[in-house]
This record gives sequence, structure tokens and C-alpha cells, in this order.
Amino acid sequence: MTTSIEISHVQKRFTLRHNRSLKELAVALVRGKDLSDTFLALDDVSLTVQEGETVALLGFNGSGKSTLLKLISGVLQPDSGTIGTRGRVAGLIEVGAGFHPDLTGRENVLLNGAILGMSEKQVQQRFDDIVAFSEIEKFIDTEVKFYSSGMFLRLAFAVAVHSDPEVFLIDEILAVGDEPFQRKCLDRVRQLRDEGRTLVIVSHDLDMVADLCDRGVLLEKGVVIADGESHSVVEKMRQG
Amino acid sequence: MTTGAPLVAPGQGRGLLDVLDRRFLLRLIVRKELRVRYRGSVLGMAWSYVKPATQFAVFFVAMGLFLRLGDQIEDYAVYLFSGIVVINFFGEGFGNATRSIVWNAPLVRKIYLPRELFPVASIYVSAVHFFPQLVVLLVGTVIAGWRPSAAELAAGVLGLVIIATLALGLGLLAGAINVFYRDAENFVDLIVMVATWASPILYSWEMVRDTLPGWLFTVYQLNPITAAVELFHYCFWFPATSRTAEMPPNLWMWGFVGLGISVAVVFLGQSAFRRLEGRFAQEL
Repeated sequence: MTTSIEISHVQKRFTLRHNRSLKELAVALVRGKDLSDTFLALDDVSLTVQEGETVALLGFNGSGKSTLLKLISGVLQPDSGTIGTRGRVAGLIEVGAGFHPDLTGRENVLLNGAILGMSEKQVQQRFDDIVAFSEIEKFIDTEVKFYSSGMFLRLAFAVAVHSDPEVFLIDEILAVGDEPFQRKCLDRVRQLRDEGRTLVIVSHDLDMVADLCDRGVLLEKGVVIADGESHSVVEKMRQG
Repeated sequence: MTTGAPLVAPGQGRGLLDVLDRRFLLRLIVRKELRVRYRGSVLGMAWSYVKPATQFAVFFVAMGLFLRLGDQIEDYAVYLFSGIVVINFFGEGFGNATRSIVWNAPLVRKIYLPRELFPVASIYVSAVHFFPQLVVLLVGTVIAGWRPSAAELAAGVLGLVIIATLALGLGLLAGAINVFYRDAENFVDLIVMVATWASPILYSWEMVRDTLPGWLFTVYQLNPITAAVELFHYCFWFPATSRTAEMPPNLWMWGFVGLGISVAVVFLGQSAFRRLEGRFAQEL
């Protein structure tokens, strides 16, 4: 087995700086008040994910799941501790993050494909598959701002699942579109899993992720409090 | 699947070198920027002519006619415009590079990609706007009787490289700072405004030499924009005149000094950018 993601003793603290204008700084200085307010999002988190593993990151709002995902994708850097990933990581921190409303569907597919690390050739080869998957052929040359939110998410998801990464990070994106399309997305994610890709998924749909993933990791206030078979971890989370 | 690949720390790229590897993405970002800039605009790209044309007309009337600079500088129109295109390229590139990270906040916050792409794309976009102006300049200077030598043409290329490099370096620095303090973009606007007057665009370098003390004139010449503007004059204006005007001494030397400074600024900008980059996503 090869390690796909290795997280060791990672800590991440956010500074919530409310006031930064000259006036406020002066006032704070005079009153001797500390300007910064910090918040520990992740505290000494260690986690090793093997290649081909599917991991559900579980926890309530504010438990640090998304922060951890952002650290793995490289968007954020840890304050201390180390993170290592093997192969290309595609972070779907948010579907359609790289979409621009003033570009057409076609242009957005190219741009997003490139953002997710596809080469020009790869995007062109997979373009038809992407459009077919999203089922919005008719609107592909329409500007995205005229799309319904469902269409938008479909196209974004379609690009993402065709980007062919070794490690796939998914944050709350399985709540995409209507039920038939959701099923299609889930099938696609299962297919990725069966191809032996590493998946890390964040979702509040506990039953769904428990079925989809082999392993569950439960976070609470930035600390890993359970790590094991997904259904049992979900059970534990429900019990509180 | 990837057994050979090593474990790497995510989000720690090679800076500007990564941009070279992702030229496809760079091209798409440039196209996006251009598209977004002119959305819902009837004139579209033509705006990139209107602004310099107006600037030129205003300066020509005020400086050339009212202040009579046109009497002292031969072919003042060509002289003026060859400086204006330089400062416009610099101002637009630097200003937009400064704002580029904040403008692309949704991407920076959610997906990792070499963030240097955005300032580089801004410089690229300003180059796209620069070339039509260059064509106008060429037409003007040809009408004025332009007969450049190879060395004079090379001077133009050097001037262009200096400006692009300087704008990128400063843009990386200011763009990174702008994420934390939005004051940076206002400060940059100020710099660009001053830069228009702090290089021999509207007047001739001799006026500066005759007015400033020696050491201050040296400082003036150390400004890479001064070097680039003079190189442009040497390329586009001087060969169209009777060649009797006095060009600044050691033009090439100052050109290479300017290039050296600009390259140093890129290194400075890149290292500051990399130091601050880790906190971009959480600050935006």
C-alpha cells in the first residue's frame, strides 16, 4: 500500500481581525486592547490515507472539516505540522468556484479544466464527454449567468469529475441538481472509487457518505475524535 | 497508479516557474480578463485607443501648444506619444497586477493554483492593449519620416522589456500586500500618477539636468521608467527627427541599469509574494 495523503500534527489557527482602519488601530492602541481574536480550527490533527481509500470527513459545522480539506488541497497552509500528498489533487472545495458568469459554458469548461490541471489536449478530448454528462448541450454557448443554478452545478461537477486526478477532495457537492442527476453523480463517484482513486468527502448527508466511503473520520472542534469504519463512526456521531 | 510519485507538500509551488508550465491556463485567464473587461461595452477593445488618444490630445494642447514645448522639441507629437505608450503600459500593468489577487478572490480562496498567474496575466493583458497603441505610434512616426537603425530598434525592445519586468515585479509585491491592506491599490494609483511626471514623457531630459542638482539627476536616471522612456524616444522619435537633438549620455548603460533594477524588483516581488501567499486564502 502506498500513502496518498499524510497529515501529521497539523495545527491551524485563524486570526479574526475585525478592525484594521487607522482610526480603529489608534483607538485599540490607546485602550491597550488586543486587536486580534484567534480561533483554533485544527488542533494537532494526524491522519494517513492510503491510496484507493475513501474517507468521509464527518463533524458538525465549525468542526474543521473544510479547513482540513483546504489544507490538503494547498489552498491554506498549516501553522505547524506537515502535509504531504502524492499525485495530482483535485479539490472540489466548492463546485463552480472557478466559473465566471460572463463567460459561456464552453469557455468555462476550458477555463475550469485548466484550473483543475488538465492540459489543452485533455480538455479538448474530454469536452464532449463533459457536456454530455452535464446534459446541457443546448446551452453550452450561452453565458453562464443565464444558467439556472442546477445547470450551473451540473456543468461544474461534470468538469470536475472528468479532470482525472489521483486524489479527489469533495466538499458538499453531492447535493447537486435534481435526484436523477444526483444519482448520476454518485455513480460517477463510485466509479472513481472503483478505479482505485483516493477520495476524501465532506458531506452532511450522513447515510449517503457512510455508504459511499469505507472509512469515517470524525472531527470535533478541530480534533479527531473517532476514526474507523464509516457506519460505526456515523453512529457514534449521532449518539453525540 | 502513481506509485513512483513522491509525497509533496501541497500549495508550495515554484512561483513564476509554475506559470511557465501552465501557459494554457494563463492564456485562458488572459482571455477571460479581456472578455470581462469589455462585457456589455459597445466600443469594446476600441476603448484602449480612446483613452490614450484623449490623453495625447490633452497633453499636446496643454504642454505642446500652451506651454510651447512643441517649439523646443522637434516632432513633439511623436515625442509625447512614444512616452505616453510606455507609461500607459506600465500604469495599466502595475495597477491591474496589484488588484489581480483581490479580483480573483473566489479562485484564490477555493482552488490551489500558482497565484503568480494573476499578476502575470494582468501584465499580459496590458501588453495586449499596448500593441494597438504601438501601431498608432508607428504610423505617426513613419509619417514624420522615421528611419531607424538596428540599434535604435533594439533600444525599443529593451525599453519594453524593462517596463514589463518592472511592472511585474512591482505588481507581485503590491498585489500581495493588497490582500492584507487595500490601501496598496490607492497607493499604486498615486505612484502611477507621479511616474507620469517623474520621467521625461511630457518634457525633455535636458530640462531636468539643467534644473536638478547632479545627484538628484542621477536618481532621476536610476528610475527604470526614465530609462525605458528614453530608449523609446531613441527608437521611435529620434530617427524621425533631423537627429540634431541631444540624447541623454550613456543611454544604453542606463538602460541596462534599469533592466538590472527591474529584475531585482521581480526577485524582491516574488519573494515577498511567496512569503505572504500562504495567508492569501484566509485573508480574502
